[in-house]
Amino acid sequence: MSKSVMEMPPKGGFSFDLCKRNEMLSKKGVNPPSFRKTGTTIVGLIFQDGVILGADTRATEGPIVCDKNCEKIHYMAPNIYCCGAGTAADTEAVTDMVSSQLQLHRYHTGRESRVVTALTLLKRHLFNYQGYVSAALVLGGVDVTGPHLHTIYPHGSTDTLPFATMGSGSLAAMAVFESKYREGLTRDEGIALVSEAICSGIFNDLGSGSNVDICVITKAGKEYLRNHLQPNPRTYTSSKGYSFPKKTEVLLTKITPLKEKVEITEGGDAMEE
Amino acid sequence: MNCMDSKQPETGLLGPESDSQRTLYPYVTGTSVVALKYKDGILMAADMGGSYGSTLRYKSVERMKPIGKHSLLGASGEISDFQEILRYLDELILYDNMWDDGNSLGPKEVHNYLTRVMYNRRNKFNPLWNSLVLGGVKNGQTYLGMVSMIGVNFEDNHVATGFGNHLARPILRQEWHENLSFEEGVKLLEKCMRVLLYRDRSAVNKLQIAKITEEGVTISQPYSLKTHWEFSAFQNPTQGAVGSW
Repeated sequence: MSKSVMEMPPKGGFSFDLCKRNEMLSKKGVNPPSFRKTGTTIVGLIFQDGVILGADTRATEGPIVCDKNCEKIHYMAPNIYCCGAGTAADTEAVTDMVSSQLQLHRYHTGRESRVVTALTLLKRHLFNYQGYVSAALVLGGVDVTGPHLHTIYPHGSTDTLPFATMGSGSLAAMAVFESKYREGLTRDEGIALVSEAICSGIFNDLGSGSNVDICVITKAGKEYLRNHLQPNPRTYTSSKGYSFPKKTEVLLTKITPLKEKVEITEGGDAMEE
Repeated sequence: MNCMDSKQPETGLLGPESDSQRTLYPYVTGTSVVALKYKDGILMAADMGGSYGSTLRYKSVERMKPIGKHSLLGASGEISDFQEILRYLDELILYDNMWDDGNSLGPKEVHNYLTRVMYNRRNKFNPLWNSLVLGGVKNGQTYLGMVSMIGVNFEDNHVATGFGNHLARPILRQEWHENLSFEEGVKLLEKCMRVLLYRDRSAVNKLQIAKITEEGVTISQPYSLKTHWEFSAFQNPTQGAVGSW
């Protein structure tokens, strides 16, 4: 480019440079690979002691189920968890990114993370990308100000709710919540209601399936119940089991333990602030 | 006047002149209908709203009508097409009565007739823009079926159209069982209609419940459901999260 053009500082957000080329390519029949979507049912509700999050475990790539037992409840902070629906890569990346930002913030302030911090970091990022980061999230946690539950949409808008559902199975799950939710649920009632809502999504929505994951967060701590319910077991398994014909002969076994302890040298220089 | 946002319809096969002769999009629409089989017959519920795009234009539209002696028809979708279907069925029942042979068309027969009508219209690219629910009792046999605007028809223990498919059918699949009593059936339908009222933007809080048994059809007077908005979390939702809502 000619030197007379002023150097503009790099602008943030999505770069649309390749869109015309992509359009030309799809007209010629070369389509981009389809995204691995989580086509999901994710829910959250507030009960008397905190927050319960729930999710199904099916990940789809178009019409195919590519992961029968994926994890959709992502860690954000010891007291904050986030369920993600939409494009799997987007939800993973965005929750990982905000999780590490929260960790740095905790080191900086010396305090427990607050749910609104995670909320603001997520919504600023998603709004910046104008909906192209296709992540629809249910964020829940308990901090010093109490239990909180929020939904975040791909374009960056948020809601604060006592119960929330997202994903393709959200209507089936919302039907259960709208008819059965009441305030002041106990832990067991809350888990039963969340399981019922996710099962409603699993059995009535084609994009959701397999098992139910639950995460209970209270002031005391979190309880991550992976595969709390497995309503879709494999029906016809061979009772004889499977044996593989050619066995590999073991000639030699040698175990070398790696260094387990970190050695602390006293009197080293302290790290600079 | 067309006050709805509409994409330009693809007129490739039929050409621009024939557009004025066929249905392209609905104008005045009714929202979901929910129905279930119970011990003595069929229970059906529908609200009384007729929306003109995003305006609630008509608030006393009866979307359920008795057909002959044995059937009850509920419709969602274009109201004018529903009225046309009622005229066709009126003629059908009239000719049947003129035979004066002691026989009368039952719900299965009416359902079959409707399926043929809907399918043939769709084949001519001029559909009747409705999802119909047909229920009835004849000689002790209860029948509940549905026909969509493209001619898909099936029979089941509980059906719903439109949004009802997504919000009401999960509840019905879980809570319906054989030999529901009348009170249980009404309670279940009201549960479904309440969820639809909360979550369907075109629903109105004025509904009718219709019952059909061997004795005949009863359509209730319009009434409204109680809704619960007093969650403490709704009082000041964003006190912790400024900028949210």
